[in-house]
Amino acid sequence: MLDEIFRTTVLASAIRLATPYIFASMGETFSQRSGVLNLGVEGIMLLGAFASYYTVLETGSLVLGLLAAIGTGLLMGLVTAFVSVTLKAEQGISGIGIYLFGLGLSEMLFKRLVGTPTHVKGFPKVDIPVLTDLPVLGEVLFNHNIMIYLAFLTVPLSACILNRTTLGLQIRAVGQTPEAADAMGISVARVRYFTVTLGGVMSSLAGASLSIALVNFFQGNLTAGQGFIAVALVYFGAWRPYWVMAGAMLFSTVNALQLQIKTIESALSFDIPDEFAVMAPYVVTILTLIIASQRVEQPTALTKPFERGE
Amino acid sequence: MVNPQHKAIRSVEMKKIVKHFPGVLAVDEVDFDVQAGEVHALLGENGAGKSTLMKILYGLYSANAGETLINGHPVSIKSPRTAIELGIGMIHQHFMLVPSLTVAENVAMGLRSSRGLLLDIDIVSERVRKLSEIYNLNVDPAVPIWHLSVGEQQRVEILRALYKEASLLILDEPTAVLTPQEVDDLFKILRRMKEDGHSLIFISHKLKEVLAISDRITVLRDGRKVDTIPAETATRASLAQMMVGREVVLRYEYEPVEIEESRLALTGVHANSDRGYAGLIDINLTVHSGEIVGVAGVSGNGQQELAQVIAGLRPTSQGNIYLDGKKIDSCSANQRSLMGLSYIPEERMIEGVIKDFTVAENVVLHGFDQFPFAWKGFFLNLGAIKKTTRQHIIDYEIKTPSTETPVKSLSGGNIQKLVLARELSREPHVLIAAQPTRGVDIGATEYIHRRLLQARKVGVAILLISEDLDEILALSDRIVVIYEGKIVGEVSREEANINEIGLMMAGASQPE
Repeated sequence: MLDEIFRTTVLASAIRLATPYIFASMGETFSQRSGVLNLGVEGIMLLGAFASYYTVLETGSLVLGLLAAIGTGLLMGLVTAFVSVTLKAEQGISGIGIYLFGLGLSEMLFKRLVGTPTHVKGFPKVDIPVLTDLPVLGEVLFNHNIMIYLAFLTVPLSACILNRTTLGLQIRAVGQTPEAADAMGISVARVRYFTVTLGGVMSSLAGASLSIALVNFFQGNLTAGQGFIAVALVYFGAWRPYWVMAGAMLFSTVNALQLQIKTIESALSFDIPDEFAVMAPYVVTILTLIIASQRVEQPTALTKPFERGE
Repeated sequence: MVNPQHKAIRSVEMKKIVKHFPGVLAVDEVDFDVQAGEVHALLGENGAGKSTLMKILYGLYSANAGETLINGHPVSIKSPRTAIELGIGMIHQHFMLVPSLTVAENVAMGLRSSRGLLLDIDIVSERVRKLSEIYNLNVDPAVPIWHLSVGEQQRVEILRALYKEASLLILDEPTAVLTPQEVDDLFKILRRMKEDGHSLIFISHKLKEVLAISDRITVLRDGRKVDTIPAETATRASLAQMMVGREVVLRYEYEPVEIEESRLALTGVHANSDRGYAGLIDINLTVHSGEIVGVAGVSGNGQQELAQVIAGLRPTSQGNIYLDGKKIDSCSANQRSLMGLSYIPEERMIEGVIKDFTVAENVVLHGFDQFPFAWKGFFLNLGAIKKTTRQHIIDYEIKTPSTETPVKSLSGGNIQKLVLARELSREPHVLIAAQPTRGVDIGATEYIHRRLLQARKVGVAILLISEDLDEILALSDRIVVIYEGKIVGEVSREEANINEIGLMMAGASQPE
């Protein structure tokens, strides 16, 4: 009984819950690897969530919804890049500014244009021949919608780009020793504009994955801090895509367990105080932070704007 | 080999180059040229405009006026990328390498890959290996940069320039971080490149090296060109005079001083470095009153740790330190300074001064809460502070607009004189001088050296930690060599032999 709850409900829901984290944290990995800390992820997620939700609500087209999210992310990513790369603003503070902007704007637009929370028809589950029919595995891994698959696909893609392409080498060089990259003729600003804008698009997609693929509605502060967790996950994962994904999975599994706590309790006929259940994800967060202290890949130029010459 | 087709640089001419920085005229109508197959040295004090001129050539700065011609055709070099495409390479004083990446990755960055978007590290590695063989560079492409010694890192820089088929190579103070043997090796590589038809620009303020490697020498002073002369007509004295604008003493009178009691003693001292591993291993060292003990070594072999341990800025893990016979292991840095220890730190801008403070405030960094600078240990006596500062400015020839000027707007030499004034005016028993003339112009260097010798004469025990072997040889009564945190040899002034010391600096044990 317990076994079944775990594998079918908890694991499948953990995979769903991890989706926005993975989108956002992969984008943030690129941004941080190049030396830019984007704390505005949460705000961009909210705007992306709203833009896609509203487009789907009005047009009924999921494709247009996705394009709206990409467009929003592109725009917000460029704004973030302009502020942190061109204007060389303090990244921690400007990030909070972007967050508050996204929080306020998305809520205002929602109240003006929609008003009451209304569900939309989100992405349907995709059956994959053979794979979906596998026992257990099929249920846990291959019983999801396209956004979820897409999220997990970004992980190997990100790892490949960072480690095996010329672009990835440039990103790593710029994040570690921008002076050296500059002297080698790499444009530090261009690389950072690219990664931060990519991070914006990914954040926006993270928001869309909530509003048109997982919960399928929008309300003020829909993301409730997930963007900030995504930023923290990048640190957990020590800037390596697979580790970041592992962190996201760990976090979402504990989250899923907490959601299923009543079912688990009754199955065990054992009473766990609610407070513990609610605390669990954060305790795990702190423990992971302590354990995952490997910092080999840390971009040493993180948060430092680049200026040529002294 | 120089690619004969598109990158061969037969000549580079820079004409009437001008560069302003806010408030400073860094380069003032300078003409400079270099031909294929020659080493042209650019000589001058810090701040003379050498690096600025070369950064203009490499596209890191843009000139306010003047033009650059390559093979007789005017070119506009707006970024390093353009410079690289034109066949110009530059080896910076601070290496432009990414420490966490491998040699091959550092070479590949900024290059087009033969596989389009995908990296071609295996192909790059192969060519790196080949070039390394041709020029005898001895570099393994698969090793991350942070594993390499400074000399090896420099060879990676050279290799990278060769890889990009640079036919003109600018070397900015390339010998500053090398042992004498590494300098010889570097010169061998440079001569080989010269024979292959490369043009080389060698920026330096070290007269001996400039004379050893160059065909022609251009001297800059205060942003202006003094002259360009063939190396065979130049001597150290003539060059020094051109650099400074007056006659300079290059050799000091050495007077033996009666060596008296031990002032500073270290017995079996061990200490950890910042990274946690052993930074100092079993250091036994005594400095007597009226004696200068020089600590020779290549940067990063424990010199900084040694100075900090004595000054009380780094804990020892084992062993004892005695100041005037008293054990001071558990004394704070402040207590030690009150007991008569003065410290001229290596990182002058970080540990030596507070760069946003004024000259006067920096003068009283020690003793600001004591008579005469403070009343009842609380109220600052601004009058006394100003008076002392004015005296220091006169006594130590510090060039500053006023006592209230922020220190950061002074030149390196003047900041160092300020630190020296503060530390010596306290009449210390022991002085730790760490890299006292690094980044300081010849004029100020000469002044600082004389002051150190004067302090020695009145009985101060001086520990001189320096990477400049000539400085050590000129001033020390005894020389110890530090390598990987250990003292690997000791020689007296009379026995000192530059080759032997150089070998010990590279880790060879002392010949019996």
